[in-house]
Amino acid sequence: MNSSSNYYLEQFKRSLLIMKKNVKIYYSKGPVIVFGVLLPMFLFLAYFIGRNISLHEAFPGLLGMTVFFSATSVGPTIIPWESRLKTLERLISTPISLWSMFLGDVLSSFMFGVLISLIPLILGFILGVEFINCFLLFGGVILGVLCFSAFSILLSAYPPTDTPSTIMMLTSLVRFPLIFISGVFTPLSALPGWGVILSSISPLTYFVDLTRASLTGVSYYPLYIDLPVLVFIAALFFIIAVSIHKRSILKRLS
Amino acid sequence: MRNAIEVVNVSKFFGKIKAVDNISFTVQEGEIFGFLGPNGAGKTTTMRMLTGLIKPDTGQIRIFGLDIIRSPLKAKQLMGILPEMSNAYIDLSAWDNLMLVGGLYGVPRRVREERGERLLKQFKLFDRRNQLVKGFSKGMKQRLLVCMALIHDPILLLLDEPTSGLDVESTILIRNILRELNEKGVTVFITTHNMEEAGKLCGRVAIVNHGRILVTDTVENVKNKTERFKILEVVFDRVADFTELASLAVNGEFNVFDERVRLVVEDVDAALNRVVDYARNNSIRIISLNTLTPSLEDAFIKLTGS
Ligand SMILES: Nc1ncnc2c1ncn2[C@@H]1O[C@H](COP(=O)(O)OP(=O)(O)OP(=O)(O)O)[C@@H](O)[C@H]1O
Ligand SMILES: [Mg+2]
Repeated sequence: MNSSSNYYLEQFKRSLLIMKKNVKIYYSKGPVIVFGVLLPMFLFLAYFIGRNISLHEAFPGLLGMTVFFSATSVGPTIIPWESRLKTLERLISTPISLWSMFLGDVLSSFMFGVLISLIPLILGFILGVEFINCFLLFGGVILGVLCFSAFSILLSAYPPTDTPSTIMMLTSLVRFPLIFISGVFTPLSALPGWGVILSSISPLTYFVDLTRASLTGVSYYPLYIDLPVLVFIAALFFIIAVSIHKRSILKRLS
Repeated sequence: MRNAIEVVNVSKFFGKIKAVDNISFTVQEGEIFGFLGPNGAGKTTTMRMLTGLIKPDTGQIRIFGLDIIRSPLKAKQLMGILPEMSNAYIDLSAWDNLMLVGGLYGVPRRVREERGERLLKQFKLFDRRNQLVKGFSKGMKQRLLVCMALIHDPILLLLDEPTSGLDVESTILIRNILRELNEKGVTVFITTHNMEEAGKLCGRVAIVNHGRILVTDTVENVKNKTERFKILEVVFDRVADFTELASLAVNGEFNVFDERVRLVVEDVDAALNRVVDYARNNSIRIISLNTLTPSLEDAFIKLTGS
């Protein structure tokens, strides 16, 4: 094994340790539960109840919201907590590269997102929502959660605050508009032209489109666009997030 | 003997504030080196540059020959670090904290478990290992942080005010373990504003103020440098007008407490003769006479002018 692949392996092991730490510490934090689990549930109920739509029609929206909110609820709080509780300096003094530290954060966001997304999935199966393509459904969930997990790390990059609630508020300011423009409640095909253009900037759009495809077999964008776009956006978010954090992380040390 | 730390012409600005001003020093392997200065002197900033957290604006830093900017991970691997304002994860147990840090330094699981157990026993935390750090006292937290700095068997320890705010017991425990480690060859770099601590622990010290190094020398030499001044304390048998003696004191350091006179002098011999003459001329008897050497603390206060 050459030294550079050894380097990546060693750093990846550290990412897993970071992930384990995050799971133990942050999964049970109040804001994570509220914004990651309860909020999408209530949003969905508010949208679903009293309307004459079937669960089958509403399912892509339900899954989209759950995936989006759960995957973006752990990530943004980690760094502010670390600076608030003064564990950050100790952490970045160890021989860990910043990218592998943030990869650990992404992974813990990812695990949380996948776990919580199982709830609507299982619910869907029990209540008899029919899926045409389960493979696509699960693949989509994996990619979507990954993409939004990377997004969640970006959300905490700026401003370099040490107050988790501030970042949760800012995060919500970004998340809600994205929900509304992403075809979660209305299929893309029913949107006017400007709506489609607007929605194309949101990564959630592609995820919901994928989910519709796995339910109905019909998607607005072809799959060869939906899938790579999610992968591409995930990588892009991660790279941008790490480079912004790199600049701002020292401002977090008091 | 290798150089454990080499700092060459290092400066650091924060905006217009010059936190560290062109400092250079070398710490040799096996030393306990004290970095002494009052609040805001630039100790923590220097420490963070040594540990690779912040980049110096100018100059070079090498850790056992490794440039901290070019090989940060390799250099960090050699160092055990205790940052000034840092905490263990309060939502994890002492054991989990220790294992996490061990893992981040790449210590294999079996080794870090073995070492973790030994360290926690040594620092009297083993019985509480499975308790969340949330419930720990300040002294226990600090001892755990020292364990975390030692879990990868570093050859260089960098400690930023490791005993500030601790009780005597924890302080002595930490100090003794640092001495033990040093005897085994571990180099120690420690910042403090506590002279007593530096005097007890360090071989050499650098005294810093306003980002500049004022002296770098052995503790003994720093004391001796200010030793050219002696404190002369004379007790007479009665109160009198002692103002005549004030001219003997350097820098006007002259104090009278009833029949006791205290003055800082440069030439002890000349001063003594004048005091004796004064007593004879005024027919006052000398009850006692003492010369004191300034402590490291006095030296420090003199050098930093605070
Ligand atoms: N991140 C920063 N941004 C701006 N100024 C800073 C920063 N860090 C330190 N300084 C300034 O640099 C100077 C040196 O600070 P430093 O923390 O290194 O001092 P210190 O010797 O560790 O003091 P103390 O004994 O209080 O810990 C101070 O004037 C401080 O205000
Ligand atoms: Mg300091």
